[in-house]
Amino acid sequence: MIPYTSSLFFYVMSLALVPAIIMGLLGKNIKYYGLLANLFILFLVFGQSWEQAAYLVVFYLVNLHLVKVYPRLKKKYQGRWLIWTVVIISLLPLLASKAWAVFVPNFLGFLGLSYVTFRVVQILLEIHDGLIDEVSWFDFTYFVLFFPTISSGPIDRSRRFIQDLNTRHTGKEYLNILGNGIYKIFFGVFYKFVIGYAIDTYWLEKVPSGHTFLHTIDYMYAYGFYLFFDFAGYSLIAIGVSYVLGIITPENFNKPFLSRDMKEFWQRWHMSLSFWFRDFIYIRFVMAALRNKWFKNKYAASYLGYMLTFCLMGAWHGLQAHYLVYGFYEGSLLVLTDYYQRKSALYKKYKSNWFMSAVSVLATIILMFFGFLLFSGYLFT
Amino acid sequence: MEEKILSVLEELCGSDEVRRDRDVNLFATGLLDSFGAIELLVAIDEEFGIRIEPTELAREEFDTPNKIIGYVTKKGNQ
Repeated sequence: MIPYTSSLFFYVMSLALVPAIIMGLLGKNIKYYGLLANLFILFLVFGQSWEQAAYLVVFYLVNLHLVKVYPRLKKKYQGRWLIWTVVIISLLPLLASKAWAVFVPNFLGFLGLSYVTFRVVQILLEIHDGLIDEVSWFDFTYFVLFFPTISSGPIDRSRRFIQDLNTRHTGKEYLNILGNGIYKIFFGVFYKFVIGYAIDTYWLEKVPSGHTFLHTIDYMYAYGFYLFFDFAGYSLIAIGVSYVLGIITPENFNKPFLSRDMKEFWQRWHMSLSFWFRDFIYIRFVMAALRNKWFKNKYAASYLGYMLTFCLMGAWHGLQAHYLVYGFYEGSLLVLTDYYQRKSALYKKYKSNWFMSAVSVLATIILMFFGFLLFSGYLFT
Repeated sequence: MEEKILSVLEELCGSDEVRRDRDVNLFATGLLDSFGAIELLVAIDEEFGIRIEPTELAREEFDTPNKIIGYVTKKGNQ
């Protein structure tokens, strides 16, 4: 059973959440019941395939040990090799599943493997940075196996999450969070199952076959809008369900079609993923490059950082050619945008002009939809 | 220290706005972007030997000249 894809899932989930809601409204601590409900739903999600369930359990145990043992090793050994080793061990299942997927689809993976990996790697890197001393097994389990966002995010951060988990709300405060959560769930259902479904059924599926120029443009817009409503809808549902358990999961989309350039687009589209890549790949790479003076030109560091970050993001989606091209395309656009905005006198002079802003929004829409088209794989079939 | 941070910010933002309005939101106004933020962290480390990690602070804890001065001063005194 895949989360949020069948009415049966919604029905069983709602029943499992009722006790949590009652406890929340009475101002009681819901985290212990929350963990039980969470494990119950994971059992429903993974229970049909014993292979997947066993793999998840092994993955969980190995990572729990990594997170528990690493802080102790860190006190003994100083070198950077240690953090690299633990991060690579943690990444191995994801790397293996991506590599194997080229030959055998869905082998060596389980639902949510990527998202669970992002959660663990964030904890390990922040232990390395001295921002986290240790994580209790309870908090770790709750965070890493949190079912509302396990299948496709949004990607939360452990320090923020654990703070929410351990905040005792009064009944009135909880009622407010619950209300917002239910609103988001309904809004998300409308996005995904009404608008997204309609676009898919009455537009995307109806695009005539044969890759003529006009069909391609038609497909590009149909797919782009479908992708937005489907994924933004899913995200709202996942965020709303988190709220019911008292966890304020971060937003994933913020009116992406109003972006004035591609830099802004990545602060509005699939935000939890792009912020994760920004914080743990781009910033780390550029910071190391500036500190150690790897490049004569400091912008070279930033541009290489953009290319590295987005090529990795493309490869993370899959090692098929269209994802790699997509990553390269998005990285190149950011480099060009940054270069243009720094160098162009025209841009500097007119950037607050309303007409130029409108033109930029339209140009950005074309660039982003072409990105969706690359992402869809349509051009490669 | 305050003066030094302001001149670093002034240079990174290419504007004296940071002196005129110390509560200006550096990211919302486009004075600073992700790259500028990294340069700022590296400069703070080089100038004062105070190391701030990339995810140590959420954006909203570090988005105005006053907040930056406040945090660096506090961390420097520890």
